[in-house]
Amino acid sequence: MTRIMRILRTLAWEFSVPLVLIVLWWMLSGASGSLYYPPLSRILTRFHELWLFERFTTDALPSVTNLAVGYLSAATIGIGLGVAMGLTPWLRETVNPAVQFLRALPAVALLPLAIQLLGIGWSMKAGVIFFGSLWPILLNTIDGVRSIDPLVNEVARSYRITRRQQVLRIVLPAAGPQIFVGLRASLSVAVILLLASELVGSTSGIGFFVLQAQRQFNITDMWAGMVLLGVLGYLLNLGLQAIERRVLSWHLASRRKNRPEARSQTKKESAVD
Amino acid sequence: MTVTGTRERVAVPTPRARSMPTGAWGAKAGFVVAVLAVWEIGIRLGDFGAIPAPTVLGKALVDLIAEGRIAAPVLDTLTSWALGLLVSAAIGVPVGLVLGVSTSIYRLCRFLLDFLRTIPSLALVPLAVLLYGSGLASKTLLITFACVWPIMLQTVYGVRDIDPVAEETCRSYRIRPVQRALFLILPSAAGYLATGLRIAAGVSLLLSLSAEIIIPAPGIGQEITMAQLGGAVPTMYAWIVAAGVLGIVINFLFARVERRALRWHPSQRQGGGR
Repeated sequence: MTRIMRILRTLAWEFSVPLVLIVLWWMLSGASGSLYYPPLSRILTRFHELWLFERFTTDALPSVTNLAVGYLSAATIGIGLGVAMGLTPWLRETVNPAVQFLRALPAVALLPLAIQLLGIGWSMKAGVIFFGSLWPILLNTIDGVRSIDPLVNEVARSYRITRRQQVLRIVLPAAGPQIFVGLRASLSVAVILLLASELVGSTSGIGFFVLQAQRQFNITDMWAGMVLLGVLGYLLNLGLQAIERRVLSWHLASRRKNRPEARSQTKKESAVD
Repeated sequence: MTVTGTRERVAVPTPRARSMPTGAWGAKAGFVVAVLAVWEIGIRLGDFGAIPAPTVLGKALVDLIAEGRIAAPVLDTLTSWALGLLVSAAIGVPVGLVLGVSTSIYRLCRFLLDFLRTIPSLALVPLAVLLYGSGLASKTLLITFACVWPIMLQTVYGVRDIDPVAEETCRSYRIRPVQRALFLILPSAAGYLATGLRIAAGVSLLLSLSAEIIIPAPGIGQEITMAQLGGAVPTMYAWIVAAGVLGIVINFLFARVERRALRWHPSQRQGGGR
């Protein structure tokens, strides 16, 4: 009984403002004759018609696939390279200037270059997403690996733990929280780049669809596409959060234990890099 | 950084660069030179399509500077970058302070914030173009929509992370709200805020260039696209390098200012930037 009440209260806290805003939007736009702001009811009808599931396979699916390919390969290579560079000082120091330059290079600036090299197919989009999301993951992994207490690594060495075991059992878990900071930061970069690549050179994808709708002054479709993009971004973040909570459950639990309640709320939140 | 640290850090290597032995500079420079040399030789030996050799690229960059063509686009990009960052800070910091101080307001808005900040800013490109055309206003809107979140959230976390002892001391001395804001909340949040601003500075440049390429609006991004469409490949690469240099300079300056302004802050004090 009390639990249900508590859940209800939480829901009320969390969702009252968004709900009020949506209702306001619905009512204010209801009778709107404005070209730019069509009634919400029409947007939602179009949303339903377009994405469930008529254009889902032609526009939404390719976008998500490109994102997955680029982001996952960036995660794999970024973490792998990051662990190697974090454990080998000479490698890190030597490659550092090049990494610093490439990371500061805004990945969108490479779009025209990527189009020239790879055309406008999926490989270009996945490539740009890969390039953009690699650096936050790589740098945070290096940082996480470096911040491991040297004593831990020395203990590992004196127990003659193999390199493989050391990486899997000690280095990766210890650097985990920092790696996830990087993963979160680069997820938002990846979504931005996905859109950028679809808005510049593409013949399919959600970004392309939205731009096309705008150019044809099909404003309701444009809004429907934008709503889908918002939902997509939110769901992706939610997914990553779920994975993080799973993988880092030990870490989160230990933090909750070590800190007074108020401060444990202040989790390390990502911001886009 | 320890695993339990609360302060958000997106790898900032600059503070550590100092402690590096000077001998490593040789290796670093050597590596860069080696990469450039391999690149140059590779292009000279075989055909790699459109990629120009470093010397050709360098010449294009020098030409851009010598002909004075580089100033206007860089200025355009920097203007929107700075304006967007300013507007974001003007919105993000006050709202962040309020959200940080009041738990109930934060809870009311949390879902909304989480939803809004995950919306990719570029999704608004069509709307921005429709409403404001292809000028500075569109760019600023897009930048603000992306940059306001890191600034706001970092401010919230900064306010939350106030030392309880300091807060209780303030309360027992009955320090007035204004002074409390000035001497307790702001300094305490400053470290987080600086991080938020640095992150936002990078995002702002990214969005600036994206908007210029996509809309297209005047600036470095548009120059890149135009060079590509015009087939002026070395010039295109030169503009890309210019964009990269701008990114490095901005990143360097912000890390520098952060270190200088927050010299007193624990995060900068102990162990050279940790």
